[in-house]
Amino acid sequence: MRYGSAPRLKRDLTALAIVSAAYLGLSTLVSNSYYQLIMTLVPIWAMFGVSWNILSGYGGQLSFGHASFFGIGAYVVTLSLVYWHLSPWLGIPLGMVAAAAAAILIGLPTFRLKGHYFALSMLAYPLAILYFLQYLGFQEMSLPMHRDNPIEFFQFTNPHTYTFVAVAFLIAGIFVCMLVENSRFGLALLAIRQNELAAEAAGINARLWKMRALVVSGMIAAAAGGFYACVLLVVTPDSVFGMLVSAQAVVVTLFGGVASIWGPVIGAAILVPLAESLNAELGNILPGIQGVVYGVAIIGIMLASPDGLFWTIRDRFFTPKAPAPLPASLAANAPAMRPSAAGTPLLKVEGISRSFGGLRAVSGVSFEVNAGEILGIIGPNGAGKTTLFNLLNGVLASDAGKATLADETMTGKKVHNVCRMGVGRTFQVVRSFPRLPLLDNVIVGAYGAGFADAEAIASAARALERVGLADKAGVAAGQLTNKQLRLMELARALAGSPRLLLLDETLAGLGRDECDDVLDVLVRLRSEGMTVVIIEHTMHAMMRIADRFVVLDHGRVLASGLPRQVVEDRAVIEAYLGKKWAAKQDA
Amino acid sequence: MDLEVLIENVLNALAAGITIGCIYGLMCIGLGLIFGIMRIVNFAQGEFLMLGMFSSLYLVTGGGILAFLGPYIGPFVGALLAGPIVFAGGALVHKLLIARVSGLRTTGSLDEGHFGQLVVTLGISLILQNGGLILFGSTPQTVRTPLASSAIEVGPIYGDATVFLNKARLIACAIAIIVAVALYLLLEYTRMGKALRAAADNPTAATYMGIDTDKTYRFAFALGSGITAVAGGLMAVYLSFGPFVGLDYVIIMYSGVVLGGMGSILGAFWGGLTVGFVQQCSALVLPPQLQNAAIFVVFLMIVLLRPQGLFGRSAERA
Repeated sequence: MRYGSAPRLKRDLTALAIVSAAYLGLSTLVSNSYYQLIMTLVPIWAMFGVSWNILSGYGGQLSFGHASFFGIGAYVVTLSLVYWHLSPWLGIPLGMVAAAAAAILIGLPTFRLKGHYFALSMLAYPLAILYFLQYLGFQEMSLPMHRDNPIEFFQFTNPHTYTFVAVAFLIAGIFVCMLVENSRFGLALLAIRQNELAAEAAGINARLWKMRALVVSGMIAAAAGGFYACVLLVVTPDSVFGMLVSAQAVVVTLFGGVASIWGPVIGAAILVPLAESLNAELGNILPGIQGVVYGVAIIGIMLASPDGLFWTIRDRFFTPKAPAPLPASLAANAPAMRPSAAGTPLLKVEGISRSFGGLRAVSGVSFEVNAGEILGIIGPNGAGKTTLFNLLNGVLASDAGKATLADETMTGKKVHNVCRMGVGRTFQVVRSFPRLPLLDNVIVGAYGAGFADAEAIASAARALERVGLADKAGVAAGQLTNKQLRLMELARALAGSPRLLLLDETLAGLGRDECDDVLDVLVRLRSEGMTVVIIEHTMHAMMRIADRFVVLDHGRVLASGLPRQVVEDRAVIEAYLGKKWAAKQDA
Repeated sequence: MDLEVLIENVLNALAAGITIGCIYGLMCIGLGLIFGIMRIVNFAQGEFLMLGMFSSLYLVTGGGILAFLGPYIGPFVGALLAGPIVFAGGALVHKLLIARVSGLRTTGSLDEGHFGQLVVTLGISLILQNGGLILFGSTPQTVRTPLASSAIEVGPIYGDATVFLNKARLIACAIAIIVAVALYLLLEYTRMGKALRAAADNPTAATYMGIDTDKTYRFAFALGSGITAVAGGLMAVYLSFGPFVGLDYVIIMYSGVVLGGMGSILGAFWGGLTVGFVQQCSALVLPPQLQNAAIFVVFLMIVLLRPQGLFGRSAERA
């Protein structure tokens, strides 16, 4: 479980019990069979929204084609009932298994895409399935009647029973979503949504977590779809794979609130009765009124409060309590740090190269870093410093050469695997998870290193202490100052107990005093045995902390050695200040 | 005998592929302006195509004000006039909605505002599809012209194998090429075209250079909508369509634009032409329902295997 999730779980479960009981109580008062149907549809669409929320709300992977899974659930239940007389009790789980398999098949190619390409590609799947089913001749399928055995075949005579079962399904779906939200699963998804590269550099295997999210999400959607088929007793490709079905999940969740377990519930409770009753009253003269209502709702909410009703209401009416300070004992349980024996070579870079088209951004760079030292990498803008870091931690693949950490090859590995070898990385432009509290930002790094929950929390708390931010643990990262953000990134890297830190212009944009504070932290880390490679422009800062320099220019190593030697090197002066200046120095 | 039938089928598929491909090319140029150059994700582009079809339909058939032009010239004039009508609609949609989630407002944000654009244009798409159902009804429509049922016969080329060039498609194809060339010249050689490309490349810098980026973006969005609508009007003469026709074509348009390479008008045209060509040729081996499914497979293959496009520069920077 994540830090501080116990009270949240307790509160949410209580609310869930009260809301469900009230809803069921209300449903027993409804006698009109059409309104009873609406009361059954609300939990079904809410559940579909919950499933979409896991992938697209928490994980940020916008899917316009969730009908794929909903429809698979509906069709598996229907076809297995028609051809094998299989009870939906078995049909629904079978549909969930089929949806999980489909999720893996869909995810493998599609997760190679990002952002809008992902969203558009997801749209293609249900439409392709839709045409394929039409081709196979499954245009309109009715579920055969089994009135003699209502419980086995979900064909209840009392319409209230459908509502009860629908609510039970929804509760199960919400409960799964709660487990996701309050575990490392949820934190990984939130981190990926807010900054995928940062999550990977902190050791999170983004592809794997996204795939898990798609599978869980697809299974919940299939359960909703399977039950939907039992309620309506007839399925067509359009009614379960159509565009409006996919839109339903997107709309109820965005309207109610993304990345909140309550969002889809609120959205469905407002929009489904509205659209359905308009459809019933005006459907004859205005046949598409339902879609128009959804379109207007989604545009309105996007322009007025892009995160949805839940968050707007919460921000306006409930001021969150000031977070309690971290208990001092927390950091004590942190796993032991693993300093390498000082003086032995830790990082070896041999002839590493990378070109972009004709530009040789890094060419044949070699150097070594000993354990326990701070190596400064300097060079003019465009010298290839950040590209070098990207090659070292796996963001970019190298064309030639290799790098090893304590004789283990780093090059050719994925970003999160390099992190797991013990390489922490910070970025030139801070990559934070702005909506997560500082502690969670740092815990991402500890989870990334593979720590268990308690260890991860303790390790993150200790990392915050080491950079001096322990008192800010509960503040959202979006509210921190630039210096605090720089230290936060440092703490996130430290939380995974790295052997080597790669710091990319950690001092950029800081005032002189702030700069000194960060430098003090770095000096302290070195005294604790940490090995650091730092890119920096500010010469005075580098002279103060770096043990040795490597100077890059046009992608090559221009000079390396002790700071004093390097700054007096003629080639270095030329690279920085031009030939004229160097000549003047000589004169 | 069998060989003759085969040759006739292949030649006719090739001919249909080229004529329909050119119309697809024009359709993709519209999206190429909005998505390829201005980098606005527009999910509702298929609905602009649909509006183009219905604009033309209501202008030139039944009691439409251009009905006097008759069934030979009317459908094509209607297609061209659908452009300005949807252009105005596109400008309005941009001013009221799209401008709030694109352009300078979202420059430099984490995903360049694509999330907001996807969601808002999904909403627009839902409103136009279902609003279309209310206004136009669900009966499939066509802009009827006798030209659609007569063909120029070329050949016989081999034995009895003859190529039939449908006259309506042939004229539509010619108009599509003319409009595409005119648009290319407009964007390449006028001040407006340069301002547009500058605003797309770097909206902030363009503002400093005195370009009204909001206006430029609106013009590009409206022009893109209008161009796709013209293509829609041209397709309306040989295709039966309803309010939901846009869904099939939005995927085709994105396939074409991505295939042609982002940011290039010519690329979008070639991309659209290629996709149309492949689609028509797939008719040789696939049953009709699977042709539509095949388009989605083609789209996935394009974005997965050639995200940088066949002709242009990279679609996605790391």
